[in-house]
Amino acid sequence: MKYSLVSSFVVASLLTAHTAQAETLRLLTWGGYAPEEVIAKFEAETGHTVEVTTSNNEEMIAKLRATNGGGFDLAQPSQDRITSAQEEFGIYKPIDMSRVNADLFIPSMLSATAGNTTFDGDVYGLPHVWGTSGLVVNTAMAGDVQDYTDLCDASVAGKVSYRLKRPTLIGFAYSMGLDPFAAYGDADAYQGILDQVEAKLTECKPNVKTYWGGGDEIKNLLRSGEVVASMAWDTGGWQLNADNPDITFVAPEAGALGWIDTFVLPARGRADDAAYDWINFVMQPEIAAMITNTAGNFTAAVDGDAGVSADLKARYQGSFDQTAIDNIKWYPPVPAGLEALEGATLDRINAAN
Amino acid sequence: MVSDRSRLGFYLLLAPILLWLVVLIILPHIGLFLVSISEKIGPREYETGFDNYAVFFTEPLYWRTFARTAIMSIMTTALTLILGFPIAYYIAKLTRGRTKTTLFLMCMIPFWVSELVRTFGWMILLRETGVISNTLQYLGLVNGPIEMLYNDAAIMVGLVYTSILFMVVPLVTTLDSLDDSLIEAGYDLGGTSTSIMREIVIPHAMPGIVSGCIVVFMLSLGNYLTPILLGGKDSLWFTGMIYTQFITRFNWELGSAFGFLLLALSSLVVFLGLKFSGQSLSETMGRP
Repeated sequence: MKYSLVSSFVVASLLTAHTAQAETLRLLTWGGYAPEEVIAKFEAETGHTVEVTTSNNEEMIAKLRATNGGGFDLAQPSQDRITSAQEEFGIYKPIDMSRVNADLFIPSMLSATAGNTTFDGDVYGLPHVWGTSGLVVNTAMAGDVQDYTDLCDASVAGKVSYRLKRPTLIGFAYSMGLDPFAAYGDADAYQGILDQVEAKLTECKPNVKTYWGGGDEIKNLLRSGEVVASMAWDTGGWQLNADNPDITFVAPEAGALGWIDTFVLPARGRADDAAYDWINFVMQPEIAAMITNTAGNFTAAVDGDAGVSADLKARYQGSFDQTAIDNIKWYPPVPAGLEALEGATLDRINAAN
Repeated sequence: MVSDRSRLGFYLLLAPILLWLVVLIILPHIGLFLVSISEKIGPREYETGFDNYAVFFTEPLYWRTFARTAIMSIMTTALTLILGFPIAYYIAKLTRGRTKTTLFLMCMIPFWVSELVRTFGWMILLRETGVISNTLQYLGLVNGPIEMLYNDAAIMVGLVYTSILFMVVPLVTTLDSLDDSLIEAGYDLGGTSTSIMREIVIPHAMPGIVSGCIVVFMLSLGNYLTPILLGGKDSLWFTGMIYTQFITRFNWELGSAFGFLLLALSSLVVFLGLKFSGQSLSETMGRP
């Protein structure tokens, strides 16, 4: 009895010694960014295990804030939401570039993201997946909708949906000929833009069927035909296009809004080795293509589009010609405190009758 | 010695409820209160003060939303009582044995699935391309599709459906304890159905009515899922505002203040309800 106890102890300690290299990676990410097959490959190759939690920008920051940057080893917020969160809550730690295989990243995207996520001289983010939001339209029933403000047109009254969130404010501002990103640094000028957008969105409110909350909700509304024009992500439009050729993503005349989701290290993450291993693993071209095929969005990996399915490429090219790509408005970093102004505006729109 | 041991037993039995109260209720509320009285003046800079509470009263949107939530919850409670009382009376007084158990069970069956699934069920029924709209078109009663979702009536339906069990159960229990002979005696003495209901049944069932109303009111006021999913573009709900402050606005300070105001104001409504119905909390909670 005693011997077996001792021997099992030895075995147990040997096992832990063996797995000291292998860690558990707690990944906080978006739906589709960590497909099962990629995880299985990664676990087989490195011996690490991966636990995935799917979330969105705001919830990622809220979760990490609640634990002062603990509970996860790698997170994937959008690049514009990193410096302000770092300034206010200190929830990330800098990226050690010597541990990242920079050759796997498209150089322009790597440097742009580094520039946008630099706080106090340290780089906090690496680019991963990018995409846009714009209009998802049922072209058979609302072919005239070409820009954000067209959602307020009488021809689509009662059959429109958008989110009551910051992309809506920014999209409408561009469509009204304003430049909100240029006013990011000037709170008064930005408030002026918000006031104009508020008046427009309040006037537009009778046109709206409902403000959607989740990706599945808007897809359901479009698929059933209850909504014919909406503001949504490009992937949502392309997924619907696969079921119903009439519905697709339209890059608005004022410009689609471009986002880049990144890799960041939470301040109190414990498995940095596994986190860097994961980054270097998923940025390989063939893995990046697997992620593009499930998430529907392209990645910042060099040659990452080579293995992407022909259907998805065709849909992407159908929505974006070269001028539409050049016209994408990329989100610059949001200054701390800007969200409070936007929040008050959104509340007033929500309450307006 | 014996008294020492029984005292030890008493404390051991008390420990779980004390732990529950202190660790899960009191401590988080203290933390929440401390967050709610810190005002943000800059990144990572905070001051102590009651500005967050002042915001609630100075910004009409917030207290209007609260008033809206409270009034709709009170209406839900009243509707649930009106619908629940006949059901409870039928189960408690007019059925016996197996029928009674079956009926009681049927009230509970919807609660075997999660609230989310039940709410989605209502969405499938009420939406423009949903079951009710399609049936009405098929029967030729309406010409085009009709939208019944995304308005306040849909929220009411959802809330009543979600909380009716919590009204029926206490009512059945109190009505069960009413001796049938009292009702018979009422008839023998020349009472009418309405006067017996008014003079005998309702006064006896009052503790059940009040405790059912308190539970239903609290459940509706604190509900998040149903108003968010079934409500429309104007349907603000106070818990939704707390969520927004915490998650999308990163404003925990204001969110915590809202949480406390919700606690305080709902307690006030319950207190007033008890006062007006002439019941005491110990009586309603203790007797059934």
